[in-house]
Amino acid sequence: MYTQGLQEAPPKAASAVEDSERMARFQARIDAEEKIEPKDWMPEAYRQTLIRQISQHAHSEIVGMLPEGHWISRAPSLLRKSILIAKVQDEGGHGAYLYSAAETLGIARSELIAQLLSGRAKYSSIFNYPTPTWADVAAIGWLVDGAAIMNQIPLCRCSYGPYARAMVRVCKEESFHQRQGYHAMLSLARGTPAQQRLAQNALNRWWWPALMMFGPPDTASQHTALSVRWKIKRFTNDELRQKFVDFTVPQALFLGLTVPDAQLRQAEDGHYQTGPLDWSEFNAVLKGNGPCNAERIAERREAHAAGAWVREAAIAHAAKRAARAVA
Amino acid sequence: MTPPQDWALYEVFVRAKRGLDHKHVGSLHAADAAMALEHARDLYTRRQEGVSLWVVKSADIVASAAEDAAAFFDPAEDKIYRHPTFYDIPKDVETL
Repeated sequence: MYTQGLQEAPPKAASAVEDSERMARFQARIDAEEKIEPKDWMPEAYRQTLIRQISQHAHSEIVGMLPEGHWISRAPSLLRKSILIAKVQDEGGHGAYLYSAAETLGIARSELIAQLLSGRAKYSSIFNYPTPTWADVAAIGWLVDGAAIMNQIPLCRCSYGPYARAMVRVCKEESFHQRQGYHAMLSLARGTPAQQRLAQNALNRWWWPALMMFGPPDTASQHTALSVRWKIKRFTNDELRQKFVDFTVPQALFLGLTVPDAQLRQAEDGHYQTGPLDWSEFNAVLKGNGPCNAERIAERREAHAAGAWVREAAIAHAAKRAARAVA
Repeated sequence: MTPPQDWALYEVFVRAKRGLDHKHVGSLHAADAAMALEHARDLYTRRQEGVSLWVVKSADIVASAAEDAAAFFDPAEDKIYRHPTFYDIPKDVETL
């Protein structure tokens, strides 16, 4: 579903021993809009930046299955249930595409999953918010997947080939996610006063966290310059956030809902200006103090442990069949 | 808990429709080839993207080396006479 500009230690600077000639060729290739492929020489910092970003993105997809997954058994109709199952399955698929892309950089998926389960790896902080009502599921599709699309479309042109190709597939599927969310939101907005209240309350809960999905403001983002030079990132956090706001405010107005920002106004150039974002909240959630951080990781650990026997049994079964084929 | 033993890595190729080549789409992990095919179906053809699948163990793929690409593909570089546009044919000659 989503990647964001998560802040951690900046990547190690390329070591001095790295061949400056190869470095120049690498940068020239990127400047010429050629892709970098897995077996190509690349600076260690480029490799590490990509492993971190792609794996955080993959973890976000996997953890992102949880807040919506909780509503599969309680979806309001059989159709909504089928749609939600398909969407959650897509998120798992996106995680798998992305782990696959990360593995081309020379790290094993088991290692990446171990990083997630141990709490060393980060994932998008948006998934540490709860989904208390059905309207939250609708709002996630509309706003969270909408913000994700904004972020992910430029990644289809990322300089690293396997990541770019995975993102093309993800983006094709993401549009369904956003539209089904808006469609569910529309049903509520056109429903009874109680349903309309559900929709408004969900918008109130998800609006600000969705804006924070784009990462810290440009003035505070450590990664942007290098990532832009390497064409991992094409737009800054604030540029993408602005685009999202401009797209989304009219969608909210169409629903007859109120964006929970008293300072929101449309400037003369047509862009919507929001009030200030509460970054202390973002940082608290990122540090592990969000409403659901502990619950999400506990649930992933439990699922991983509960599935261990399946993974082992499949290997034993494959070994038995292989032995029989030889005999 | 015992350390996880990763299932083998397979590369996946999808034929989008009859008449087209199989095209590489990505990879996945599976305990054996039969499971790799089922996973490939679930992962890469959820929206009818294919009518045929190949899965190949990644370890079984032999690839040319990226760092030797220039030298490896060099023999074709100076043979422009292999292309039809190399030959100047008088305009009067038609259907050639």
